[in-house]
Amino acid sequence: MTNAPADGAPLTSRIAGAFAKARSQGRKALVLYLTGCDPDFDTSRRLLLAAARAGADVLELGVPWSDPSADGPAIQAAMRRALAVGGGMGAALDLCRAVRADNPDVPVVFFGYANPIFVRGTAKFAAQAKQAGADGVLCVDWPPDEDPELAQALLQEGLDLVPLIAPTSTPERVKAIAAVAGGFLYYVSLTGITGSQLPNLDEAAARVRQVRDLSSGRLPVAVGFGIATPADARAVAGFADGVVVGSAAVRVIERAVGAGRDPVPALEAFVDDLRRALG
Amino acid sequence: MSTVPHAPGRFGPYGGRYVSETLMPALEELTAAWEHFSRDPTFRTELDRLLRDYVGRPTPLTEAARLADHVARVQGRRLRVFLKREDLCHTGSHKLNNCVGQILLAQRLGKKRIIAETGAGQHGVATATVCALFGLPCEIYMGAVDVERQSLNVFRMQLLGARVHSVKDGTATLKDAMNEAMRDWVTNVSTTHYVLGTVAGPHPYPTMVGELQSVIGSEARAQIQSATGRLPDACLACVGGGSNAMGLFRGFLNDSQVRLFGVEAAGEGLHTTHHAATLGKGRPGVLHGTRSYVLCDDDGQIAEAHSVSAGLDYPGVGPEHSYLRDTGRAEYLAATDQEALDACRLLARCEGIIPALESAHAVAALGRVAERLPDGASVIINVSGRGDKDMGTIAKYFGAEVSS
Repeated sequence: MTNAPADGAPLTSRIAGAFAKARSQGRKALVLYLTGCDPDFDTSRRLLLAAARAGADVLELGVPWSDPSADGPAIQAAMRRALAVGGGMGAALDLCRAVRADNPDVPVVFFGYANPIFVRGTAKFAAQAKQAGADGVLCVDWPPDEDPELAQALLQEGLDLVPLIAPTSTPERVKAIAAVAGGFLYYVSLTGITGSQLPNLDEAAARVRQVRDLSSGRLPVAVGFGIATPADARAVAGFADGVVVGSAAVRVIERAVGAGRDPVPALEAFVDDLRRALG
Repeated sequence: MSTVPHAPGRFGPYGGRYVSETLMPALEELTAAWEHFSRDPTFRTELDRLLRDYVGRPTPLTEAARLADHVARVQGRRLRVFLKREDLCHTGSHKLNNCVGQILLAQRLGKKRIIAETGAGQHGVATATVCALFGLPCEIYMGAVDVERQSLNVFRMQLLGARVHSVKDGTATLKDAMNEAMRDWVTNVSTTHYVLGTVAGPHPYPTMVGELQSVIGSEARAQIQSATGRLPDACLACVGGGSNAMGLFRGFLNDSQVRLFGVEAAGEGLHTTHHAATLGKGRPGVLHGTRSYVLCDDDGQIAEAHSVSAGLDYPGVGPEHSYLRDTGRAEYLAATDQEALDACRLLARCEGIIPALESAHAVAALGRVAERLPDGASVIINVSGRGDKDMGTIAKYFGAEVSS
């Protein structure tokens, strides 16, 4: 089942369009994660726009949270920096709106944790995300089969629920999760936190095939966690429809800012390298 | 009124499993294992034997006559006060009740490595203790602030053979230790059992830990009936995550005439931001895998909790407490750092029992509870742990005053 489009919205979502476009160009999609408001609101806005310009097909806008228990040291540090300058859910919505004002095409997926959504009110959050120009939501600690409230609110607004699928997910769970998913399926390459070492890819490749079978190939499968270099990206692109890079991009920004430089050119060069690696 | 979860793992709207997908299958496996083994006679026999021969159960119910005299003098209310003596459990707190049960379950699941979070260090010590008993490697996550203020417990854990990780992230207290334990678990889930120490976290932990701690309430129920010939009028326990309170309350949930009082940490006062009164001042949210009350701002960022007692210094609370709060079955009060310290000294001098600073919060609320009860009422206070670990903190607060 695909999410019903809201009145007047295009029949194909921006996310589906981005994956279709990559496919038609004979390459795999690049999904880029950045923590919103790292290192500050305006630099973050410029970084997101630059990433899209340099070839990121989908942007994941990380919503800073005080207790990111699924994230490794790189993204934890980015969230701390962002929170220190007023980052959070409110700022992430503003940031999405600002990016959308300058780029009408790039799909934006909110990537975050349950509490900021829950406290804001799930329906209110979905409406605000839609109004800000977002396309989907990935909530790390809100399994869609555990509590349908988020999935229903997103469906209501015509937003895609992008779920995580893990190496430990049973076939039953993959089916149940894929049934309510939209946009793409995010396969987590390893049992661990973001930014961990990339494991042997044979198992991931086999699992991605299995996920495709179990979801009848309805949605593209992107693979993330541990993809740090263009070589990693090329290897994963051998079997996935999309490649997600997060911690490594966040580290590029951290290094540039730490050296007192504008991080935009460094990120643009990094994204350009990744995009070239994907063909 | 029934407090049986409405759906599996739910207490009204609270509870559930809000974790990353990687952990969901492990939680399903753990839930199935607990449902099976908690009804298995061989498992129960082994657990009961450990509770008796190793933990030292049953713990006594001690009548506190001089404390009752004090309340009569100050409050003008004549009560019978009983102390449930979890401070007399091996390792010095109720935490071991839960750890022995979870370790037996981990064994049956074939998990060879044990991790846990700890605040005051009592749960860390209890976990390290059972790991020593069963010869399992043990790693404990503890906030750097707590490592500092509970250094004796850190040494105890190390002496027992556990590795203690000092967590410097965030506020460097219990919540951050839990985040780091979750990160370890998500990485090592196939080999590792996470011994969560309280009635919070994702299902099945609130149910499982509550059932393992319910031994407190079932013993207390029988003991007070034998001492007074009837049920108590009130039960009183401190609430951080809420496991000792839930353990006591479970003995009386269906006895509507027994009033249940939980006491949270008011820290420097509920009018300040330095407290840990999640049920008193928080709002429904999601933290550490469960839907429950949390302390957070309007943006959903978790607030820094504060309490003089590391074990209550937590911005979340078990989901069953949230349900009991909303339904009114239990009432939640709060005691400040100063009130807890004074109550600690009061119990020491009235009864020769030095409670943990956590448990001292329950003692501190006795006067306010007495005001709501008739003359002749009987009250059970859960002394969830002993105060030896807090001597450094207590000495610092009272300074030279303690010798006067």
